[in-house]
Amino acid sequence: MTGLASYLCFFATVALTYGVAVLGLNLQWGAAGLFNVGVAGFAAVGAYVAAWITAAPAPAHWGGFALPIALGWAGAMLAAAFAAAIVGAATLRLRADYLAITTFGAAVTLQLVALNATALTGGPFGIAFIPKPFESLADRPLAFGAANLALVAAVTAIIFVALERLTQSPWGRVLRALREDEAAAASLGKAPDRFRLQAFVIGAALMGLAGAMQAQFFGFIAPDNYLPVLTFQVWVMLVLGGSGNNRGALLGAVVVWGLWTLSGTLLAAMLPGAWQARGAALRLVAIGAVLAGVLLARPRGLIGERATVSRHVVHTGEQA
Amino acid sequence: MLELSGVTRRFGGAWAVDGVSLHIPPGRITGLIGPNGAGKTTLFNLIAGSLRPTAGAIRFEGRDIAHAPPHRRAALGLGRTFQIPRPFAAMTVLENVLLAALHQRGERAFANWLAPRAVAAEERRNIVRAREIIDFLALGRLAAAPASVLSGGQRKLLELARVLMAEPRLVLLDEPAAGVNPTLLETIIERIRELHARGISFLIVEHNLDLVARLCGEVHVMAGGRLLASGPPEAVTRDARVIEAYLGGAA
Ligand SMILES: Nc1ncnc2c1ncn2[C@@H]1O[C@H](COP(=O)(O)OP(=O)(O)OP(=O)(O)O)[C@@H](O)[C@H]1O
Ligand SMILES: [Mg+2]
Repeated sequence: MTGLASYLCFFATVALTYGVAVLGLNLQWGAAGLFNVGVAGFAAVGAYVAAWITAAPAPAHWGGFALPIALGWAGAMLAAAFAAAIVGAATLRLRADYLAITTFGAAVTLQLVALNATALTGGPFGIAFIPKPFESLADRPLAFGAANLALVAAVTAIIFVALERLTQSPWGRVLRALREDEAAAASLGKAPDRFRLQAFVIGAALMGLAGAMQAQFFGFIAPDNYLPVLTFQVWVMLVLGGSGNNRGALLGAVVVWGLWTLSGTLLAAMLPGAWQARGAALRLVAIGAVLAGVLLARPRGLIGERATVSRHVVHTGEQA
Repeated sequence: MLELSGVTRRFGGAWAVDGVSLHIPPGRITGLIGPNGAGKTTLFNLIAGSLRPTAGAIRFEGRDIAHAPPHRRAALGLGRTFQIPRPFAAMTVLENVLLAALHQRGERAFANWLAPRAVAAEERRNIVRAREIIDFLALGRLAAAPASVLSGGQRKLLELARVLMAEPRLVLLDEPAAGVNPTLLETIIERIRELHARGISFLIVEHNLDLVARLCGEVHVMAGGRLLASGPPEAVTRDARVIEAYLGGAA
């Protein structure tokens, strides 16, 4: 019984770390219309930076400063934001499809760097022994799982509230205007590139944080974690949950991570050993089929976008 | 206030605007007329920055703006409306107007987390001002309605309301009377007069010569991308070259 409960805690913890990445993507795509196909790259930056900062020194990789986990997460967000600022400044003023090409290319490149820059990243073996939060509770699995879940739930809640505020703020209003009619918004003094770049950078910082949290909860990272399939997962979570809606983003993360875990368990149980590797591909097909099914029934996802109104407009009772 | 010299814009092989030099003095309502396809809207786009000139200089209050992006020109006090109105259809009328306030603190992402009270106070002040403008333009009853429900004429008024929220010193109006019913047209004319009395200058593109004659002190006539004639409305509309251009355009 405690085994199941602590497993559920771990499942929910991981699902919420995905949720943070999906919230970041929702800011980029749902609010700003930015097509980022390099989610895995920003998550990788966050994961490796957090590992370098918090892990103990080890000969197999660079870093190992054994600093507090909070510093590792802050560093992860800053590093991912910095990476996004470079990518964004180079491509956001170009046509929209350049962003897709560049983010995809950057993510693939980063993954290859992680694989080959062995002195920095530990190469294909990655970085192990990344400290977990609440390590002192590790011998009581349920308390340990519950504490970790409480931590990631609190982080997710803070981010959720912060993002809701942002989308309902004058800043969010400019993004909505830019999405509807860029020329009209520009004619009213709004600098399109500035707002897009900010949305891109803040969203990427959240992806970096998600990568860092996953590194910390798994205790181990390797380049294989940051293949394009991670980007695919986060996109499916957003689209299935409801792009443009932060609640939908979180719901999508939990549902898709549940399906992913379940399908993995089922395929492992059903397929003979020789077929296991091919089973991984079947998992992608299954998730894609579920996504198609949901979108047929609910084209805007489980919880679609609702009309956002600036919060102060509502608060002052002006909407009579 | 606005100074164009030799402004030229080519699309492929065609010169949409061809060496136009103009001086728009401050404190005036100036008209810009000409047959369809004369290049009036293209000239507006060049002044407002949605298009860059192939050649020529554009100075606004002494500053060279020929290559400044549109948002910077708006921030300098140069407002414009579109020939075909472009409201943010999914937003309410009030939000359309609120958006247009320049340099809002709440437009800085971090201010919304670090200084939420200051943002809220500023937003409340902006709401008061936006409502004044909306009432002034006879859209008061529609403030909470989505902009998508507005009629063509109301959309023209909304465009003007948005521009006013940005506190411009010169406003470019592209066909403010097109598709507007006679009652609403009187409202528009009256409001432009009043805004002018408050110190805002206007450059108006319009096919309705009655409106032009009633509002504008000076009129410039364009045809085939070139400036054809300039002068007071009565003189210009009697000018043989102008009549020829209009008849030629119609034939
Ligand atoms: N983006 C564009 N690409 C190619 N040609 C264009 C473009 N915009 C305008 N033109 C051409 O430039 C010329 C001038 O057009 P413009 O819209 O400025 O005329 P206008 O004087 O505003 O006419 P109207 O009174 O009908 O609004 C026309 O021949 C038009 O076809
Ligand atoms: Mg025109």
